[in-house]
Amino acid sequence: MSATLLPRDDPSSRALAAVIAILTFLAALAAAGAQSVATRSVDWRVKLTRQATLQILPRPGQDFGADAERAAALARATPGIAEVTALSRPEGERLLAPWLGTGLDLSDLPVPRLVTLRLSDGADLSGLAERLATDLPNARLDDHRRWVDRLAGAATGLVLAATAIVGLVLAAAALAAGFATRGALAGSRDVVEVLHLVGASEAFVAKTFATRFLRLGAAGAVAGTAAAAVAGLLLHALPVGGGGALTGSLAITPSGFAAMLLPAALVPAVTALASWFGVKRFLGSGVR
Amino acid sequence: MNDASEAVVAFEDVWLRYGPDREVLRSVSFELPPHSFQFLTGPSGAGKTSLIRLVLLSLAPNAGRIRLFGHDVGAIGAESVTALRRRMGVVFQDFRLLDHLSTYENVALPLRVQGRGEASYRAEVMELLDWVGLGHRVGDRPPALSGGEKQRAAIARALIARPELILADEPTGNVDPPMARRLLHLFVELNRMGTAVVIATHDPSLLDQVEARHLRLEGGQVDVLDPTR
Ligand SMILES: Nc1ncnc2c1ncn2[C@@H]1O[C@H](COP(=O)(O)OP(=O)(O)OP(=O)(O)O)[C@@H](O)[C@H]1O
Ligand SMILES: [Mg+2]
Repeated sequence: MSATLLPRDDPSSRALAAVIAILTFLAALAAAGAQSVATRSVDWRVKLTRQATLQILPRPGQDFGADAERAAALARATPGIAEVTALSRPEGERLLAPWLGTGLDLSDLPVPRLVTLRLSDGADLSGLAERLATDLPNARLDDHRRWVDRLAGAATGLVLAATAIVGLVLAAAALAAGFATRGALAGSRDVVEVLHLVGASEAFVAKTFATRFLRLGAAGAVAGTAAAAVAGLLLHALPVGGGGALTGSLAITPSGFAAMLLPAALVPAVTALASWFGVKRFLGSGVR
Repeated sequence: MNDASEAVVAFEDVWLRYGPDREVLRSVSFELPPHSFQFLTGPSGAGKTSLIRLVLLSLAPNAGRIRLFGHDVGAIGAESVTALRRRMGVVFQDFRLLDHLSTYENVALPLRVQGRGEASYRAEVMELLDWVGLGHRVGDRPPALSGGEKQRAAIARALIARPELILADEPTGNVDPPMARRLLHLFVELNRMGTAVVIATHDPSLLDQVEARHLRLEGGQVDVLDPTR
């Protein structure tokens, strides 16, 4: 018996629910994507900072394999380096396969030898670099700092972009709700007048409209978020790129799915607020 | 501010026009004493509905002063308008029921917009609907009601919040004489319990049934005839 005080949803408010659903879908994907990248980039950065690489370049007339052994020995003697692995020549060549293809005879090419270092806390990398510089000028120590910085920069950029998208979506939802409220007010002018004449306050009328738009916004947001979650799950199932690393980087992390809830909560709230302000403005302009 | 002898409505030199050549009220002054009962008559187009709209604050006069329950309504804010309207019950000439709500919901509307919960008023609303003979139509919407049934629903809505002043615009225009008598006696009964009542009507037969004050509106002027004095 307590039906809504406003006439049934008109086509324009149903259109609003659809617009809200689409906007929420986009915002949820943006938030989930950014959150996933941010989480992953932290993982990668931790991994990268726990590793370093020694590259030994071939020197004419020198025993290249012995250079690699010496570099490995220097690394082993350095405090804070947990593990030193000198990659054999075939292992090093395998790393190049994705770029050069397989079945190529690399034996005549001056392929650098690699020694990977697993670091524990307080690794004395600068000490190692100094010793290498004097003993083995053809060895280069890469502490991955460049990659860590780049990754951090890219992740920050993505998070900023996603934040901007969510902000724009909220602004668009507010505008759409504002217009829809005006339309609904104009369409139910008689109803609003009767409500006032039988003693409804402006606050009551504003609340009545805001409640309707909160409901529409919530319906749209639930639909949009559900669609985004399904899209996220499909991304997991898709055989993107074939390689495990690449698929892993596209998939949405659990915290990414959780991030979808942010637009899902904000969009209906913004919709209701915009509607409430819209009614207050409309009524304040003398329509009673 | 609101002592017992204060007029519920007081017009002082009130002018109203709808555009330059349609002057409806010309320097109208009158008072409605507390607990009074009066008919408001006048030819069609004389301005009875307009006068009621002025009292209900859905229209502002072009000049003059209107006081409601002792408050000058010249420059009051929206909140005071709401508070004053809650002390009045109006039966509109064109009913103004909401077609998307049931008869029950229409009648309950003044209570609902005050934020009261349904449980607190359900029995009251049903009782009043029974009283005006709409007990069997509670779930129907206004478009499914006859003219007289709509009128009774409109009356029930005006009374449900126990207003201090009832303004009824042609409240018996669509019902048969027995129902008209019954409704008139409902208003008389409410008046005995202290409610001030204004009934705008064309129907001269109503005037014969109750000895009451009579505001006659014609040519933009209001004459007060008071047979009770
Ligand atoms: N909104 C309006 N705009 C312009 N003129 C109006 C408006 N409302 C009423 N009028 C005019 O004001 C005059 C008084 O109208 P009102 O409805 O108050 O008369 P009434 O006494 O209630 O008539 P009736 O007995 O037919 O109901 C009429 O001439 C009417 O045409
Ligand atoms: Mg009239």
